Amino acid sequence: MALKGKLQDIRLTQFLNLVKLARKTGCLSLRSSQGNAILFFREGKLVHAALTKNANEEPGGDLYTLLVRSGKVQASQIDAVFPNGASADDKQLGMRLINAGLVSRNDILRIVRKNMLDVVYETLTWEEGAFEFQPNATPPPERLAVPITLDNIILEGDRHREEMVELKEDLPSLDITLRFAEGPRANLVNINLSPDEWRVISFINPRHSVADIARYSGLSEFETRRIVHKLLKNGLVEVAGKATVQEAAAGNSHSRSRAARTTATKRQQSRPAGRRPAMKPKRPDVEKSVVNRLIKFIRGL
Amino acid sequence: MQTVKMVITGPFAAGKTEFIQTISEIAVVATERKITDFTKAIKDNTTVAMDFGRITVDDDLVLYLFGTPGQKRFDFMWEILSEGMLGFIVLVDSTRSETFKEARQIIDIFRTFSNTPFVVAANKQDLEDAWPPEDLRIMLDLEPHIKVLPCVATDRESVKTVLLELLYSILETYEDDEEEQFEADTETN
Repeated sequence: MALKGKLQDIRLTQFLNLVKLARKTGCLSLRSSQGNAILFFREGKLVHAALTKNANEEPGGDLYTLLVRSGKVQASQIDAVFPNGASADDKQLGMRLINAGLVSRNDILRIVRKNMLDVVYETLTWEEGAFEFQPNATPPPERLAVPITLDNIILEGDRHREEMVELKEDLPSLDITLRFAEGPRANLVNINLSPDEWRVISFINPRHSVADIARYSGLSEFETRRIVHKLLKNGLVEVAGKATVQEAAAGNSHSRSRAARTTATKRQQSRPAGRRPAMKPKRPDVEKSVVNRLIKFIRGL
Repeated sequence: MQTVKMVITGPFAAGKTEFIQTISEIAVVATERKITDFTKAIKDNTTVAMDFGRITVDDDLVLYLFGTPGQKRFDFMWEILSEGMLGFIVLVDSTRSETFKEARQIIDIFRTFSNTPFVVAANKQDLEDAWPPEDLRIMLDLEPHIKVLPCVATDRESVKTVLLELLYSILETYEDDEEEQFEADTETN
């Protein structure tokens, strides 16, 4: 029996909480204007996740794509040791690459886990779309299943969601293109960049939109948006294309506090009204014998 | 003659009128009107004031069942209806997850009116897309002692079970009181 609903009515974190508490096994399919995703669970743990931005495509999540996208190995390297690697079973491919010394077991687990978290965090930012949970469905046998507990995902998911609301307010569109600032305002001495920030920077070019950068860098849209937002705020890059950025380059704190207030208000509204600690129900003002008579009568109906 | 009442509440189109119709000995005094707004897609008629059903136990005791209007704009009726009730039943359409949030709000509102026992009836369990009662409990964030019961509002046995479970919960409040009284008495002695 499938459980169906809309993300407008039931937040994904609420559903994940149900999966966790009821220790559910099955597949959650999500369809939104932002893409399609599948999340597989086993006894309340996430075991596989895949996402596609193309509404007409089914999510894949194969190891070959993940490894190439992560930059850990190149497609040509995989093809050299396993010519049919792109269509191979994940386990077979993984073993072949480990034996060839191209990746370690930990590399594979880390990349698969990161992809699963990216997928679930991305879907947690979707505010509209339909979901359907098919109980007892298991991941395709050719895919790797790596269990991840949902506790942190649920906590982190709420934080991600709030951050995404703020980021979207400052950087609403991923269609803008970027270039390095000609006259950077920021003091460019002692700037420390993380490897992911370097990856984003390496794709900055007036021909690339932010969405392109996300695709080329292998980072999730959320991560890319966060890094681009930071670079814009620091004045390291500026908008090259038609700017749809609101106040991001100026690092407008007013907008941030407004976003924070909006988020707080939304959170308040989404909380059940008047929820109070459980109170012991009070006895009605009728004799106990009346209740007993009602029970006896209704039983005999 | 003594009269007692129970209130049947829940979101719009949860099946409150059917629930009362199924068990009432009289034709339900329904105050239904043709729907003219967007909710017509869900059903044709809706309760605009209240539904009213009756179960006569004997010459001395009558149970009245009051169904609340499901549409939000009539929620001013809820407090009036809840006055003096023995307990209440929250009916939820288990196939329409978009109404779960509203059901949770209704529970919270009714609990502010009265701290009487209540049960949640997960209606339309005969349909394929119904969420199971235990999933509904989690989605409604209900405490473990609150009963969430499978229900088919058009099935007499199912409705009877829901009413009986509410009555058992009401009965427990007397037993709790008796236990407390016994503990207090034994402490003072």
